[in-house]
Amino acid sequence: MRYHYFPGCTLKGQAKNMENTTMAAAAALGIELVELEEWQCCGAVYPLYEDELITLLSPVRTLAAAKGEPLVSLCAACHHVLKRAQELMQRNEEARKKVTDYLEVEYTGEGRVLHFLEVLRDDLGFDKLADMVKKPLEGRKVAAYYGCLLLRPSKVMQFDDPENPTIMEDMLKAIGADVVKSPYRTECCGAYLSVTEEAVARDTVSRIIDSARSVGAEALITACPLCRYNLENCAAEDGKEPLKIYYFSELLAEAMGLQFDQLMSAALERRRSSNGNK
Amino acid sequence: MPRTGVFICHCGTNIAGTVDIEKAVEASRNFPGVVHADDYRYLCSEMGQDLIKKAIEDNKLERVVVGTCSPRMHEGTFRKAAAEAGLNPYLLEVANIREHCSWVHKDIEEGTPKAIALLRAAVAKAVLNESLDAPELEVEKRALVIGGGIAGIQAAIDIAEAGYEVDVVEREPSIGGRMAQLEKTFPTLDCSACILTPKMVEAAQHPNINLITYSEVEEVKGFVGQFDVKIRQKARSVDPVKCTGCGVCYEKCPAKASSEFEMGLSKRKAIYVPFPQAVPNVPVIDRDACLYFRKGRCQICEKECPPQAIVYDQKDEFIERRYGTIIVATGFDQMSPSQYGEYGYGQHPDILTGLEFERLFNASGPTGGKVVRLSDGKPPKKVVFVQCVGSRDKARGMNYCSKICCMYTAKQAVLLKEKVPDAKSYVFYIDVRTAGKGYEEFQRRAAEEYDVAYLRGQVGKIFPEGDHLVVHGVDSLSGKIIEIKADMVVLAAASIARADAPDLGRIVGINSDSYHFFNEAHPKLKPVETHTAGIFIAGACQAPKDIPDTVAQASAAAVKAVGLLSKDFLKGEACTAEVNQAECSGCMYCEAVCPYSAINPVEIEERYHGGTLKRTVAEVNPALCQGCGSCTVICRSGSVNLKGFSNEQILAEVDAICLQR
Repeated sequence: MRYHYFPGCTLKGQAKNMENTTMAAAAALGIELVELEEWQCCGAVYPLYEDELITLLSPVRTLAAAKGEPLVSLCAACHHVLKRAQELMQRNEEARKKVTDYLEVEYTGEGRVLHFLEVLRDDLGFDKLADMVKKPLEGRKVAAYYGCLLLRPSKVMQFDDPENPTIMEDMLKAIGADVVKSPYRTECCGAYLSVTEEAVARDTVSRIIDSARSVGAEALITACPLCRYNLENCAAEDGKEPLKIYYFSELLAEAMGLQFDQLMSAALERRRSSNGNK
Repeated sequence: MPRTGVFICHCGTNIAGTVDIEKAVEASRNFPGVVHADDYRYLCSEMGQDLIKKAIEDNKLERVVVGTCSPRMHEGTFRKAAAEAGLNPYLLEVANIREHCSWVHKDIEEGTPKAIALLRAAVAKAVLNESLDAPELEVEKRALVIGGGIAGIQAAIDIAEAGYEVDVVEREPSIGGRMAQLEKTFPTLDCSACILTPKMVEAAQHPNINLITYSEVEEVKGFVGQFDVKIRQKARSVDPVKCTGCGVCYEKCPAKASSEFEMGLSKRKAIYVPFPQAVPNVPVIDRDACLYFRKGRCQICEKECPPQAIVYDQKDEFIERRYGTIIVATGFDQMSPSQYGEYGYGQHPDILTGLEFERLFNASGPTGGKVVRLSDGKPPKKVVFVQCVGSRDKARGMNYCSKICCMYTAKQAVLLKEKVPDAKSYVFYIDVRTAGKGYEEFQRRAAEEYDVAYLRGQVGKIFPEGDHLVVHGVDSLSGKIIEIKADMVVLAAASIARADAPDLGRIVGINSDSYHFFNEAHPKLKPVETHTAGIFIAGACQAPKDIPDTVAQASAAAVKAVGLLSKDFLKGEACTAEVNQAECSGCMYCEAVCPYSAINPVEIEERYHGGTLKRTVAEVNPALCQGCGSCTVICRSGSVNLKGFSNEQILAEVDAICLQR
């Protein structure tokens, strides 16, 4: 299984750990993720004005670079923008013509755009993943936190049921964790309000964390760097042991029996090979 | 060439604003055959009609063309006027220069030549028109009502009272429909059963009403005055003549199934009557649940039945009868809110739909009339009502307003307060819509005297936490996010068309809208008629509606049906198909496409090379033919013609438009 891989900026900085653990786990699972050459910004936010085309240049360039072959990303925000840009290219002929003419590329919306979790579910299969797990996370009470970007708008993202998603819980089950479900797993994390109106983000994050605690969770997993930032930085300081927040891939790598030093050496190897490319 | 007159209507400025009338009259004078042309401001007025009549007499006109609105509006008016002047009405032709011309064109430059072309075509056709006579059709003096809810019952009683026989076909084992499931009715809070059951009994006992329950209509053939209907009477497995309705059978029956009448909130026996006041009070055996039918043993009901009325080997039977008219009154369903994942319906027993909650109030309902939580049997102290679940929702539900929810929610909140005095109700709404006599007053009373909190906003999430349900919503008037720890949640799920409404529509031959509600012939002026003559609709199968509107519509449909039954004969269709049997090759494609089974093969004898030859050709039964024209199109040799719309006439119209530009 070979895929084009689009990292995005956050995965090279703040969320480096998501990339490192995913790469190591993917290698152990026989999934090859090949980083796109000279990739650029994903576009960061999908424009809500249909005539705001400038923001689409970057994601469409990425989509075209995959040449119709499957394209995988990890960051929920990158995946969101790429998937929605693709859908617009399929649906809106006028926008497609303007953007592709400007970029001087041929692109008509072809190719699968996948989040790595979808690769695990749809291409590898959670049953197979369960068979390949080396160190099941037995007895670890973990809750999934989805946020919004992967799920909505559900007709475009086609990721999972936006109200009752199961993909992350299914992954947790496959890696042997003791899955608990919190009713707040699809609520907003506060998004960028953690920067401009922190009080709002504190409210939303506290609810998510309290709710997860109340169902007995020891840890939360997420696929979104912004969600993780908020969950870690906006939680109320109530004297309780803070809930552990992980990227889904961290637990995945752990269940695949990958140790810290293996992860580090894999990361180093990639660094060197990408330097060698230049 | 017949002497032809052309009359052009101004229709105020409707036509005259976009068509140069003077020019059109001038042009008309030069069409072949035209000996007279005139115009008038409103030809449909009495003076306008007199103008036509006088011109027919003065100029000895043999054909008349009226350039006016759509023939759907006034063709009848003008044909009648022509007949009064001694002209066969089918010699008059309408050129539609309003809907087809003046209303769709911007200005006089575009409108005038188009109107002239349409008039020229109409004249070209009219000169080929022939005198036609509409046949007289007998009317079978019996009505069929499909659906035995309040609409069907009311319509049947009204028709029966007018002195005509009426059969009511009901799918369920008892008549009564949705209204039988209700506890009280808004806005007067009279007990639903108390006002419905007398009508059910009246229907059952009326000498002119024949109830055919546990039955479905399978086939409708024929046409207005003579509908031939095939009804499947499903096997009850109980002899209705012997059965005394004692109820021993369902007391003793050991097998259970989910009760449809109780919206699945409780069980019924495999042999059952849906509810205690059922009419007829004759049980049926649900063969999917019955132990004897499933496993071949049990037969307790047969052993216990005092009059020995159980008949296990009863078969479905078919009733074939002729009816003069049909009323469709098949009611509605409630949408399942399970597609709204955020409301958690189906995930928790204390999240109910409006109709489910209604059953909790009923003395014979699943809780014996106690309003309690189905999870733990405790009375609910905080109840949240969510309005518009599936209604007014373009994205995921129905675009329309279900019309009854605002009122039944207010009713249920009032009833709740009466049953559980320390209960508090919250109603999340988009708008409160209470149009109706006494409705607004009732809803205000609920809010002001029964302590019902109305919150303008929508609910985003409902989930269980401990032994209560957390409801997250927004109060859009204060802008505050609201969190309510409720004991029970009631979802006002949308009223939707019956799932099989399109199938029934196809059987009966009426059409429905995009939501599968049956279409009325005109949204304002023909509210109970359909586009099929002789078939009427009433109640919530047409659109969501409350009981007063349903009953009014049912009586209206009954009046229309009675009006039809009171005639001995109906004027049939004059424009029927006819076969030129000399040219017909007998391929019988026409028979295959005829929707009215009006074409049959016949054998004719022809002289051929000195001898005689027998061959098969098509023949049209003019009494059955509705003039749709399908046969004329399929006919390979062009030997079927529609009277009044012959191939020759249509081509003359086309030539008049295309050749003489």
